[in-house]
Amino acid sequence: MADQLAIGSRRGLKPALPLLLPAYLWLTVAIFLPLSAMFFFSFMTDLPLAGKEWSFTLGNYAAFFSQSLYSRLLLSSLRLGLEVTLWCVVIGYPAAYVLAKVLKGRSREAIFLLVILPFWSNGLVRIFSWAMVLREGGILDTALNAVLPFKINIDLMYSYPAVIIGLVHSYVPYMVLTCYLTLQAIDDSLIEAGRSLGASRRQVLWRVIIPLSMPGLVAGAALIFVPVVGSFMEPRILGGRTGTFYGTVIEDQFVAVFNWPLGAALSFILLAVVLIILALAAPVLRRTG
Amino acid sequence: MATTRILEGLGRFYIVLLLGFLYLPIIIMAAMSFNASPFYQLPFEWTTDWYASLWQNDQLIAATWNSIEIAIITTLISTVLGSMASLALYRYEFRGKKFLQALLFPPIAIPWLITGTAMLIFFFGVGIGRGLAAILLGHVALALPYVIVVVSARLQTFAPELEEAARSLGANQWQVTMRVTLPWIMPGVIAGGLFAFAVSFDQFVVSYFLSTPGQTTLPVEIYAAIRKGFTPEINAVSTIIIVVSMALMLLTARFFKFGGEK
Repeated sequence: MADQLAIGSRRGLKPALPLLLPAYLWLTVAIFLPLSAMFFFSFMTDLPLAGKEWSFTLGNYAAFFSQSLYSRLLLSSLRLGLEVTLWCVVIGYPAAYVLAKVLKGRSREAIFLLVILPFWSNGLVRIFSWAMVLREGGILDTALNAVLPFKINIDLMYSYPAVIIGLVHSYVPYMVLTCYLTLQAIDDSLIEAGRSLGASRRQVLWRVIIPLSMPGLVAGAALIFVPVVGSFMEPRILGGRTGTFYGTVIEDQFVAVFNWPLGAALSFILLAVVLIILALAAPVLRRTG
Repeated sequence: MATTRILEGLGRFYIVLLLGFLYLPIIIMAAMSFNASPFYQLPFEWTTDWYASLWQNDQLIAATWNSIEIAIITTLISTVLGSMASLALYRYEFRGKKFLQALLFPPIAIPWLITGTAMLIFFFGVGIGRGLAAILLGHVALALPYVIVVVSARLQTFAPELEEAARSLGANQWQVTMRVTLPWIMPGVIAGGLFAFAVSFDQFVVSYFLSTPGQTTLPVEIYAAIRKGFTPEINAVSTIIIVVSMALMLLTARFFKFGGEK
């Protein structure tokens, strides 16, 4: 009887609905309907507000394909995403390895927390803090000139490398986190077995450790690549005039030029690119699930 | 053996370098907020003037209050709604459950630039417009998936037999939830709430598209100030924000293990 009651109450959507509805209704109103509305808008000539004339058009998408500016900017944003992701792998993966396999106990816990802590602090403020380090007469400039016997001018502010540095700083904790989780799950005996069977350190790394931690690497790469391609605040603050990317052009359509339908179309093209990338990453992630 | 030790030493040194990279700009910014020169000139001269003038900046103060209010309301709403949804997803089996769980990922995975501009268009279209209400609507939606994921993770460690035992001892559904389930998942609920607060308090992109000149949050106000030109006041307020959000996450870490260690 009690068993039946328990099982009976655990089946069916009906009893779950009152608990689920508020949260999913909210998500619908604030996320899913807006995304649908944006899709709709991207095919309009103007906003259907206050008696403005509007009709359906493919012109906003045609603008992307006919004007090389937009596709060029999308390419440079993709390149930015790729470069930042690569740097995050190069910098983050070894750190994740040391955390997972070298450090032990409390020091591991404390350092792990220290690495991911900045990630949870305000991104805008951290980007801003680089402005002080990178500008001419800034800290980096002053420090290097104090040490070096000759005079050099470091003025990285408002340049492509500044944007890269800021973004890598923002996103490298993601890579450390995801790689650490998969590296930690690798049984040490697998590594020892490889070594005792005569594999060199390098062989163990390439044939055992990296393949087994691939899901973490791919997850980290996807989590970094996607937001970097859509970034606009970081290039604006650190890139100055060189910081025009696909994201900043979308921002302009909404806050400066007020061509919302074009902005919506550009956003949707970006969303399509993002979805393709996530779809490509999904099989690797599912393999170990 | 010797090479192992050398490699391990190098590894530790590398971690120190990485921590330097992560923390140096933040430390420099904090130091400069106490430096007298408004152009960040060295030598360093101690002052707290910038913090004092912060108090005179009504615009920043107003934006700060907005940020705090929105973050608190977001936390309350998303924690309650999110915990309810997690309970339903944990307790009941029904068709389309996988789909509902998958629906949580678009808000996390889609770049905020896209979500933010979509909200702007939709809220404008249906008459909600921009402003604090719109920002709140958006923040709760962004925080909900995080709360559901974190609370669900905690629920995985909960034995369903406990609920059944309580029910067979005569407790009704409400009593079971409040006296048995909720106390067990409380660390997850608190961690979810802190996540929600952080998501809202640090949110820039979505607030940026939904704010209007009088109704704005602190990060949006800071962005506007940075684009006009650096001021040491922004340093001071940024330092306060970094300290607050880091303290918040340390608190979260106490309730919720990120490391995935058993």
